[in-house]
Amino acid sequence: MNLHGVLAIYKFEMARTSRTLVQSIVAPVITTSLYFIVFGAAIGSRIQQVEGVSYGAFIVPGLIMLNLLTHSISNASFGIYFPKFVGTIYEVLSAPVSTMEVVLGYVGSAATKSLILGIIILFTAAFFVDLQIAHPFVMLFFLVSTAASFSLLGFIIGIWADNFEKLSVVPMLLVTPLIFLGGSFYSIDMLPPLWQTISLFNPVLYLVSGFRWSFYEIADVNVGVSMLCIILFMAACLSVVFWIFKTGYKLRT
Amino acid sequence: MTNSEDPILSIQNLHKTYSDGFEALKDINLDISKGEIIALLGPNGAGKTTLISIICGIVRPTSGKVTVCGYDIIRDFRKTRSIIGLVPQELTTDSFETVWSTITFSRGLYGKPPNTQHIEKVLRELSLWDRKDSMIMTLSGGMKRRLMIAKALSHEPEVLFLDEPTAGVDVSLRQDMWEIVSELKQSGVTIILTTHYIDEAEEIADRVGIINDGELILVEEKHTLMRKLGKKQLILELSQPLALIPGSLASFELELSADGNQLVYTFDTQAERTGITSLLDDLKESGIAFRDLDTTQSTLEEIFVNLVSDAPVGQGGPQ
Repeated sequence: MNLHGVLAIYKFEMARTSRTLVQSIVAPVITTSLYFIVFGAAIGSRIQQVEGVSYGAFIVPGLIMLNLLTHSISNASFGIYFPKFVGTIYEVLSAPVSTMEVVLGYVGSAATKSLILGIIILFTAAFFVDLQIAHPFVMLFFLVSTAASFSLLGFIIGIWADNFEKLSVVPMLLVTPLIFLGGSFYSIDMLPPLWQTISLFNPVLYLVSGFRWSFYEIADVNVGVSMLCIILFMAACLSVVFWIFKTGYKLRT
Repeated sequence: MTNSEDPILSIQNLHKTYSDGFEALKDINLDISKGEIIALLGPNGAGKTTLISIICGIVRPTSGKVTVCGYDIIRDFRKTRSIIGLVPQELTTDSFETVWSTITFSRGLYGKPPNTQHIEKVLRELSLWDRKDSMIMTLSGGMKRRLMIAKALSHEPEVLFLDEPTAGVDVSLRQDMWEIVSELKQSGVTIILTTHYIDEAEEIADRVGIINDGELILVEEKHTLMRKLGKKQLILELSQPLALIPGSLASFELELSADGNQLVYTFDTQAERTGITSLLDDLKESGIAFRDLDTTQSTLEEIFVNLVSDAPVGQGGPQ
């Protein structure tokens, strides 16, 4: 295994974040704080508790998932798209690194950045609401597996995209609506029966539900189903990534 | 795996057809020995970059086999790619990185442990040491070109590909590049460069390969090529202007300059008899005196133009 190669990509990508610290870390923290002020304090004070949890605390797992998903995708997609755009990808393609090593480098760094962000938001939330984490290891499982699998999705988008519009079209038109409609800010029990059924087709619901269960032991769907869902999603993304490198799709002619 | 006699790079029956049906390479065969400099000449779109890209792993071959130090470029890609360094045609750099970090990245990517002494040596050799902490975006075009070479040398490759190393650079930088290439050769690096500057090949290459329309139409040792295909001209400065070439000299197919002061005789250096002695005798007999004479040899450029306009060529052939 070319460990030096993996580390080179990983460190390079992490260093890129340190140059854009405000955009990568400060901005999401400020946005999340605003969510707490608006939903937690202003609107939340008028909403009754959700299944025994204050509304401000209820939305914390959803907010972390929202940031985890969007930043995993944007970090990984930009990480691989930018070398394609400026042409420096030639170096990765001509280097003695395997598919797995390239993925480890790019996806690993994107997932690490998202994880750091998720943890920062968790600590930020603790300033605003009374947090409890009933199952820390399950929480960590969802945190790591979501960061990794959505970074894989971002990596796929970054390879597929051949312009900046394509780079943002999937996160904006597909992922963001799925997150907002995936129970990030509400329990699906609050919806009419038809919409409850429709929501069950939204994969993000399973992530938010499982993640929320690890905090408060309340969930829209069984936590085991949530875990299976994220594992299947990661397996699907990995299969696509291997197919990309096997066929050279959009990378090698 | 290989002995010193084996070629360091061997290309056999290499074909490349792109998905749109464009046949970029047609049955390329070429062996390159350790330590030599080979220049691949060819017009734009001839297939030079495709050939390099296949060997380096960026483009997939349609068929054929390429080995580097006896290792197959597909099966043993880790071995072959760690032996090769590539300097691409375009100045593709990460503008916001520093010189030091981008070279450290390249070395790591190629699987080598950090070695600050080696990176310092490379940077000093390429006159970039003073700019090691500068952001790449602040470098001049010439410095960026040298940086690309430094990146390619960061993992101590045995084979270096230079794809149009002097495209768009000024005359003094071209001289610098030629010096760098010459120093690399002295350190034992095998160099394959593509160019469409003929004088570049003439100046620094040991062998010249000519690619046209996806075919390697000729590979020859540079001096042999020039001797084989180069025509020589004898130019006679006449004492008195001549209105017409006398009929007695018709067999020499002379050319008379417009002002009648110069006679030009073109001869084949490979011919058994060049005909110079006979010409001079016949001139004397015809009463034509000359005050000076000069000879010129075809440049590689003229040879190249002749070859690509007449391709395919029977002489030489891929080795």
